[in-house]
Amino acid sequence: MIPGSFDYFRPQSVAEASALLAKDDNARVLAGGHSLLPMMKLRMAQPSALIDLGGIGELRQIQFQGGQLHLGAMASQHDLLASDLVSEHAPILKEVALLIADPQVRYLGTIGGNVANGDPGNDMPAVMMALDAAFVLEGQHGRRNVKARAFYTGTYETALLPGEILTAVEIPTQVKGGFAYEKLKRKVGDYATAAAAVILSVKAGVVDACEITLTNLGPTALRAEAAASALIGKPAGHPGAIDAAVAAARAIMTPAHDTRGTPEYRTSAGGSMVRRAIQRALAKA
Amino acid sequence: MAKVHIKLKVNGQEMEGLAEPRTLLIHFIRENLALTGAHIGCETSHCGACTVDLDGKSVKSCTVLAVQANGSEVTTIEGMANPDGTLGALQEGFRQMHGLQCGYCTPGMIVRAHRLLQENPSPTDEEVRFGIAGNLCRCTGYQNIVKAIQYAAAKLRGEEFREAAE
Ligand SMILES: Cc1cc2nc3c(=O)[nH]c(=O)nc-3n(C[C@H](O)[C@H](O)[C@H](O)COP(=O)(O)OP(=O)(O)OC[C@H]3O[C@@H](n4cnc5c(N)ncnc54)[C@H](O)[C@@H]3O)c2cc1C
Ligand code: FES
Ligand code: FES
Repeated sequence: MIPGSFDYFRPQSVAEASALLAKDDNARVLAGGHSLLPMMKLRMAQPSALIDLGGIGELRQIQFQGGQLHLGAMASQHDLLASDLVSEHAPILKEVALLIADPQVRYLGTIGGNVANGDPGNDMPAVMMALDAAFVLEGQHGRRNVKARAFYTGTYETALLPGEILTAVEIPTQVKGGFAYEKLKRKVGDYATAAAAVILSVKAGVVDACEITLTNLGPTALRAEAAASALIGKPAGHPGAIDAAVAAARAIMTPAHDTRGTPEYRTSAGGSMVRRAIQRALAKA
Repeated sequence: MAKVHIKLKVNGQEMEGLAEPRTLLIHFIRENLALTGAHIGCETSHCGACTVDLDGKSVKSCTVLAVQANGSEVTTIEGMANPDGTLGALQEGFRQMHGLQCGYCTPGMIVRAHRLLQENPSPTDEEVRFGIAGNLCRCTGYQNIVKAIQYAAAKLRGEEFREAAE
């Protein structure tokens, strides 16, 4: 399987890349290529040009600035796993990265590609929602920040405008407390049948902050706000509160019927992932 | 589509060729450079038979464009023997521990294991399994592949490997 023909560009700067992108409506950015090239082989994507961000070294940096973890869009999952800054400021990202694909894919797949792709099966979008991350978007008309929670408008539809490149992800330091990402998959290298992220903190035996988000259980990653509210203010581990959170999370799940199962099965699995993630996060809090 | 001039350092040797931008690295290596050690199994990024080392990373060369690799250093199974032509530690391990049956997955397994041992010279069996999770084998059941890699790890550390093949 070979992709269709396209022109290839390897710009040296973001400005040059966004100028190339703006010139051609059918051009696409190439990051790690591990979602895009498979789609091109299947002719599900047929870009006229690929703008390879691989030559822009600054996009691979991971830094901590102004109280925020700053991940360059071209940092790979492997780079995240190797980073002490990530361990310190957003440890949940390591747990998630280890559940994405396999070593070879993690060496090349980038954080920018994972969040910009818009596939509800990607694992990072839900986690970025839980962390309240912002995406830095740069185009011909300047730079703007869009919160992960406002970025996803539909399956493969995002707030990225034509000509814009996602250059970085900015993450506020993760709430100190417990966290977990629970993912049901059929085998190594498979996307989630259902997955859930939980980040919470407990003060004097009571849950005082909580985020719950879901992967591959709707047209985009989902933030389960009512589920989180069901835990906040309740004693940590209160069985009634956990049951209420699971029920509230299940109420917003609308998974597709696909090779991973029926909507009923995937919703049931989604409920189990939420329950396990809450329990594991509480145990660590 | 105009062809691009691609230069790579493959197994320590400068090599070059012309390829369309859409040419996959595995096809460039096998067809333009005539190095047929790396195999094509699935061509869909799943099996790992096409694994090569690209600038210190194990990659599935069916999911990398040759143009993306332009200017890079590539190591394939052909570069895994010792400089004097004798078997490298991993090759010897696969032979001694019966780490292969049909051999189709072996070039990818060995090249992947090479990078794994560079990053973690003393892995546990569990870490070996996690580290080769992107490489499928349809014959061996993996037991002897894990042993083969541990044999090589021990040899590279200057230790003796005492276990027998299954
Ligand atoms: C076998 C296999 C298993 C996988 N399993 C999982 C999994 O379990 N979970 C998971 O989350 N992912 C999985 N993936 C996908 C993998 O993580 C991809 O690498 C990731 O989805 C996309 O990142 P990329 O850098 O490869 O992007 P690319 O494939 O290069 O790009 C993806 C899309 O995003 C756009 N894009 C990329 N970067 C930018 C940017 N900076 N600005 C604007 N647009 C951009 C591209 O134009 C393209 O449309 C798997 C992939 C494979 C091959
Ligand atoms: S041929 Fe590349 S992963 Fe199977
Ligand atoms: S030895 Fe046959 S596929 Fe591995």
